[in-house]
Amino acid sequence: MPWETVIGLEIHTQLATCSKIFSGSAIMFGAEPNTQAALVDLGMPGVLPVLNQAAVQMAVRFGYAIGAEIASHSVFARKHYFYPDLPKGYQISQYELPIVGRGVVSLVSEDGATKSVGVTRAHLEEDAGKSLHDVFGGMSGIDLNRAGTPLLEIVSEPDMRSAAEAVAYARKIHRIVTCIGICDGNLQEGSFRCDANVSVRPLGQEQLGTRTELKNLNSFRFLHKAIQFEVVRQINILEEGGRIVQETRLYDAERDETRSMRSKEEANDYRYFPDPDLLPLVIDADFIATATTNMPELPDARVARFQQVFGLSAYVADCLTSRRALADFFESVVAFCGDATLVANWVLGEFSATLNKADLALAEAPVSAADLAGLLRRIQDQTISGKIAKQVFAAMWQGEGTADAVIAARGLKQVTDTGALAAWVDEVIAASSVQVANYQAAAAEKRPKMIGFFVGQVMKKSRGKANPQQVNQLLQSRLG
Amino acid sequence: MQVDSVMQQAADLRAGACSSVELTQSYLARIRQLDGTLNSLITVTEDIALAQAQAADARLAAGSAGPLTGIPIVHKDVFCTRGVRTSCGSRMLDNFIAPYDATVVSRLQAAGCVMLGKANMDEFAMGSSNETSFYGPVHNPWSVDAAPGGSSGGSAVAVAARLCAAATGSDTGGSVRQPAALTGITGLKPTYGRCSRWGMVAFASSLDQAGILAHSAQDVAALLQVIAGFDAQDSTCAEQPVPDYAAGLAGDLRGLRIGLPQEFFTDGLDAAVAAVVQQAAQVYESLGATLVEVSLPTSQASIPAYYVIALAEAASNLSRYDGVRFGHRSAQADDLAALYAHSRAEGFGTEVKRRIMLGTYVLSEGYYDAYYVQAQKVRQLIANDFQRVLQEVDLLLGPVTPFASCALGAWQQDPVQMYLGDVYTVPVSLAGLPALSHPAGCAQHGMPVGVQLIGNYWAEPRLLQAAHQYQGVTDWHQQAPDLSWIG
Repeated sequence: MPWETVIGLEIHTQLATCSKIFSGSAIMFGAEPNTQAALVDLGMPGVLPVLNQAAVQMAVRFGYAIGAEIASHSVFARKHYFYPDLPKGYQISQYELPIVGRGVVSLVSEDGATKSVGVTRAHLEEDAGKSLHDVFGGMSGIDLNRAGTPLLEIVSEPDMRSAAEAVAYARKIHRIVTCIGICDGNLQEGSFRCDANVSVRPLGQEQLGTRTELKNLNSFRFLHKAIQFEVVRQINILEEGGRIVQETRLYDAERDETRSMRSKEEANDYRYFPDPDLLPLVIDADFIATATTNMPELPDARVARFQQVFGLSAYVADCLTSRRALADFFESVVAFCGDATLVANWVLGEFSATLNKADLALAEAPVSAADLAGLLRRIQDQTISGKIAKQVFAAMWQGEGTADAVIAARGLKQVTDTGALAAWVDEVIAASSVQVANYQAAAAEKRPKMIGFFVGQVMKKSRGKANPQQVNQLLQSRLG
Repeated sequence: MQVDSVMQQAADLRAGACSSVELTQSYLARIRQLDGTLNSLITVTEDIALAQAQAADARLAAGSAGPLTGIPIVHKDVFCTRGVRTSCGSRMLDNFIAPYDATVVSRLQAAGCVMLGKANMDEFAMGSSNETSFYGPVHNPWSVDAAPGGSSGGSAVAVAARLCAAATGSDTGGSVRQPAALTGITGLKPTYGRCSRWGMVAFASSLDQAGILAHSAQDVAALLQVIAGFDAQDSTCAEQPVPDYAAGLAGDLRGLRIGLPQEFFTDGLDAAVAAVVQQAAQVYESLGATLVEVSLPTSQASIPAYYVIALAEAASNLSRYDGVRFGHRSAQADDLAALYAHSRAEGFGTEVKRRIMLGTYVLSEGYYDAYYVQAQKVRQLIANDFQRVLQEVDLLLGPVTPFASCALGAWQQDPVQMYLGDVYTVPVSLAGLPALSHPAGCAQHGMPVGVQLIGNYWAEPRLLQAAHQYQGVTDWHQQAPDLSWIG
């Protein structure tokens, strides 16, 4: 029986505020345990929460970015459960009335197809602390530095049909929240955490199957692998006549499998009710206007502009805008040297590959936008070939100077002098009598392919510096 | 002869008739003499009191004293006091030394008040007789057998027995007004949002409000002046200007319209209490007020609505007492679930556990709409009812409690009777309105009886003025209990 996979994601984004959502404590990552936990964060008797307006502004920016309704009236609610890293015995979250309502994000696949994924809601809440079970022998440690860190939980509709779509959606949300500056997007540090709700159903059936919730997915790769594993697991159970248990499952990256964490039967009754310590959150048009001033160009708008202004394909435009800094870099290079297609190829190709290999952030790249443009200009004016340009680029990366300096120092200037080229061509023809005979005996339509051999030989002799177009022309006229 | 009134003490301190250290020492001596029997204080902070009194005397000498500099008071043990045990009357917090001061405490301290100690109270402010305290019941100075009311019973007794000049309290469903009435003193529950709740250990967040217990409306006004006002640390504290309460006390009551809610005078009301309220009404009439009979039909639904809302919030607020970070931790626990279960079972008393169970139940899945949501609707109707009536009249006058006095132990086996005793105070709490209770007579056996004045939002000046004018022509507030029964 063919099966259809149905996936919805809950993404917790840590908001890039200076302080916690209900207290003035700092939220720097990596601080000594419990040094960023004030009275409120410790849940001391008598303390009260005061809402951080910066977190509200960030939630509004997100709602605006995905064209969602922003609630004029939303409510903080208490979600109760006992756990040692939850100081008050409840988490302050939003339940019935979230700050951000329905919105939509669109995904573009490599073949240019687009797909819309619904965002059900996004709500503000506080993070819990951390329990450290393996640091103190026989005891658990509690670090409340993270307790009260502002989160925006973004809940999708069950609109995704494959692990690849789920990853594309997660990447898109990641792109949006980093673009609008509300989240640093660091998956390793837990600033961007995905939980996946996964179910399968017979293709064509409308009713959703029983879902499981996958947790501990701290990279896009793990998100992909965990969903793939879980889909196979569920299909196997169903095909053997079993039934899926609604439960939370943890992904174990080392074993590449999901394991049951707790089932619905053991689930807490969270006893949500409006937090009486906080007034309803009222947001008016002025607040939205203030929160959304200085909004950067959003990823979708930028993709559209890159297609229109630079004549790029949807896919290339999408790749370039995957990170705001990369798109900015691309635009800088284009501003220096024009030819957006050439720039796109280089930025997505050699430049990104080298950056990744060196494991550097874009801001740390030793080759600046102006430097890269200087190199590409030498391709444009035929001073060097594309192939030589890669050598020059590698040298620039190693700190050997600008493109012009490297070309001069290494003598890589392309040879366009007809006399020199003719001499290399003649030497090659003289040394390749068998290939010349074959070529001349071949039908006209086969010849363009066969001439590549001779071009290659000439390029080799010139150590890559011969102008390939000129060599081609010369060969054609000599070989008849 | 000890002078009781805050205002007179302040005048004496200024005039140099006595020093704050002398005043403080005389109270400390009285506490040593009497409080072993009365049990109104959980903690006596003698060293702090004497140091603060010395500082107050220095300020008085330097001419930099404020109106309350050097006045000895006690704080209900619901208020966090830095470096001093803040027990909330519970074993759960018996070992809890607060690391910070409540806003109410820090404001009174900045005003120069001297802290004599922390007052006994019903555990986590849950009770109406001060018998649920881990530290034992408080005794009403007016009778060896009587409870002082609660939950601010320790504060009320400390004032009534002249162990301090005034006291702070907290009122969720009547916890300032009711003990004030049963001990013959004046107590004010301000408008919800008038005083900061920062550092006041929460019982029911949407109802809790700090209040003042003292001998007279004038004294209450002086302390309210200090604790009222916006605090950025409490999101529910209003940015409402604070009027000059002392200045508002003067002026007669001609033209004042006082409503008598007919629902407050039904069968359940003790005849002696009803008579005291009627007499008080006549005094107000003689002062120029007009009496109007009014109706608050929804107030009769207030007890169930109040207990649903208050206990839901209480169960939630008390979740933090888990034995992990502070407070009582059971020695019996060998895993996490047992740590919670034993710590809470051992740390909380019977009444608190009962309320946590009820509050948890009403918020449970499937019951939330039937109880909590419904109770909130009733709450809104009650508030609307008060608003309608307070368009017609300026103040409402009625009883504080349906009974004239409460014998110690009377409610031990019957908590529902205790809950029903809040019938006249909880509607006001649900509506968030200010109300004042002042002594207005006595019942059989000489037990004091209070009456309740209810005002519209922010109408504290009107409440205080009315009570002050009443106290200008009566002397119920000057009656002191005969404490010769204390060996």
